[in-house]
Amino acid sequence: MKMTKRTLLAVAALACVAGAAHAQDALKIGLIGTYSGPYADYGRQFDAGVALYLKEHGNKIAGRPVEVIKKDTAGPAPDAAKRIAQELVVRDKVQILTGLDFSPNAYAVAAVATQAKIPTVVMNASSSAITTSSPYVARLSFTVQQVSDPMARWMLRSGTKEAYVVVADYASGTDALTAFKKAFEGGGGKVVGELRTPMNNPDFSAYVQRIKDAKPQSVFFFFPSGVMPPAFLKVWKERGMDEAGIKLYATGEATDDSYLDATGDVALGLVTSHHYSYAHPSAKNQKFVKDFEAQFGTGLRPSYFAVTAYDAMAAIDLALKKTGGNADGDKVMDALKGLAFESPRGPIEIDADTRDIVQTVYIRKTEKVNGKLVNVEFDKFDRVKDPAKEAK
Amino acid sequence: MGIVLFDGVAYGMLLFLMAVGLSITMGLMNFVNLAHGSFAVVGGYAAAVLMNRLGVPYGLALVAAFVAAALLGAVLEVVFYRRLYRAHPLDQVLLSIGVVFVSIAALTYFFGPTMLPFHLPPALQGQFSFAGVELGRYRLFLIVCGVATLVLLLQLMNRTRYGAMVRAAVDNQRVAGGTGIHVQRLFFLTFSLGCGLAGLGGALSLGMLGLEPSFPLKYLVYFLIVVCVGGAGTVTGPFIAALLVGIVDVAGKYYLPEAGVFLIYVFMIGMLLLRPNGIVPKKGLA
Repeated sequence: MKMTKRTLLAVAALACVAGAAHAQDALKIGLIGTYSGPYADYGRQFDAGVALYLKEHGNKIAGRPVEVIKKDTAGPAPDAAKRIAQELVVRDKVQILTGLDFSPNAYAVAAVATQAKIPTVVMNASSSAITTSSPYVARLSFTVQQVSDPMARWMLRSGTKEAYVVVADYASGTDALTAFKKAFEGGGGKVVGELRTPMNNPDFSAYVQRIKDAKPQSVFFFFPSGVMPPAFLKVWKERGMDEAGIKLYATGEATDDSYLDATGDVALGLVTSHHYSYAHPSAKNQKFVKDFEAQFGTGLRPSYFAVTAYDAMAAIDLALKKTGGNADGDKVMDALKGLAFESPRGPIEIDADTRDIVQTVYIRKTEKVNGKLVNVEFDKFDRVKDPAKEAK
Repeated sequence: MGIVLFDGVAYGMLLFLMAVGLSITMGLMNFVNLAHGSFAVVGGYAAAVLMNRLGVPYGLALVAAFVAAALLGAVLEVVFYRRLYRAHPLDQVLLSIGVVFVSIAALTYFFGPTMLPFHLPPALQGQFSFAGVELGRYRLFLIVCGVATLVLLLQLMNRTRYGAMVRAAVDNQRVAGGTGIHVQRLFFLTFSLGCGLAGLGGALSLGMLGLEPSFPLKYLVYFLIVVCVGGAGTVTGPFIAALLVGIVDVAGKYYLPEAGVFLIYVFMIGMLLLRPNGIVPKKGLA
């Protein structure tokens, strides 16, 4: 009997240890992004933002240790994204999903989020309806409409009366075109021409020449960040469009901090609208950039991907603090709704009704500061909501 | 009108410069080398890295691009390609598409997934006025390079001993071998030449195309269109095809922007129906 007593004690002790371990159970976060292929920079930026936040907070979120499980979709691949999300939920038992660079992937994962009641925090995908596709999705990034609309309003404010619109022929391009046109014509401006260019377009000379011959007062363009904006800008400079008196405007994708160095001087003077520039002057951003450079060197510039990844971690942290570390889907979503905090990009808020981001959209100009091309913010629109949802 | 034609010709020359190497490897050696773009992008990276990091002038960087791509081609020929000359085309496709993926991964590893900066020398930037039309300097440079390459290749293939040996080997390998021509060495040289031309084309394209690891896949379809429409194995065929494709593409996008994107594919289908073996069918060399 003596033995039994001792065994019981041991079992009790074990139970205690197990209980304590339970409280310290790692919070499992599934990060779905692109780590290989032509868009591998996105995953790199996500990782950097996440790592920086976790390092600053002792690898803990709301007092719980964190385990981030990263999965690669290798680009826009909704089927793969859905399968990965299912695996993360069923096999790895993640409590929160995040990442999601491409909109098709985000839509696919939203379906899984609804079924499994897993809070999903979108780090980039910018198609407007992603947040309406599942009650378990909140977005920390932006929507294409959200950054295109202020550009139209700013152009009107600065005396531009007519604009020619050039967009890449895909879903986000259409979003940009619609939002810009609506805001520009709604404010009394006139869209004098529209061009949709194919996604894989080696030579822009025909399009630029067409614009030059149309002689519009200004041109607004939207291309996904990467090789398209520099190719367009090169032809723009070559044709002497500035000398022809045609003003050029774009969304911040054209001068994405990840690609700006490679784009070079052809981007000088371009006025763009976006929610984040790594040259944002706030103290919080200066610290963010300094820590980022200390951690990852100066070879990698923090882009809007990195800052959103950082903010997504902050939002998860704040929400879980509200729920006392409880990662239950409904509770976390309730905590995320209306959450407002200071991001390196400025004050941001998750809309309590739409779970979409509300943030400042800045008007910036590409300038050379200390020999480096940067987006210098000189005007802003406060508390911009997604205009596609406002309309409803 | 004039400017559209000029831009179309310049774009066509760019396509020719990038694709002519493929016409040589694919047509002369009957090797379906889908990795052609990988050699082009290696030339591009060689030129950009030399110019950015060491300040090498553009002209020298072009030579280096040719040499780098030719050397890589030589190594791969000895290690891989040589074994598959007589293999089924499907095996060749598998090998060369594998080379494409390996090259993309390798470039991403060494240079990162984003674009590499490249800036044309100031002498090639901007436009100048000629007969009332504003012409791009870089585009004119492309046209000059394209024509020069055409002339040099025609001379090489039709007027030199090397060219005669290549033509003999292509017509009948066994007989050529019997007359004392070292066919294996000949193919080794020809493959390296094709790869070198790809590298040169890649470096010349940088004023227009963005330099990134996915380059070989992105532009593969354009190389294939030019070579198939023109006729693999010739030099003049791809030249004419590239000119036509360039002009059709630029003019289509200028005059009919809504449909312009598809015009070159319609053009390709039409040409292949009319002349399934290419504009200049292979028979020896044109």
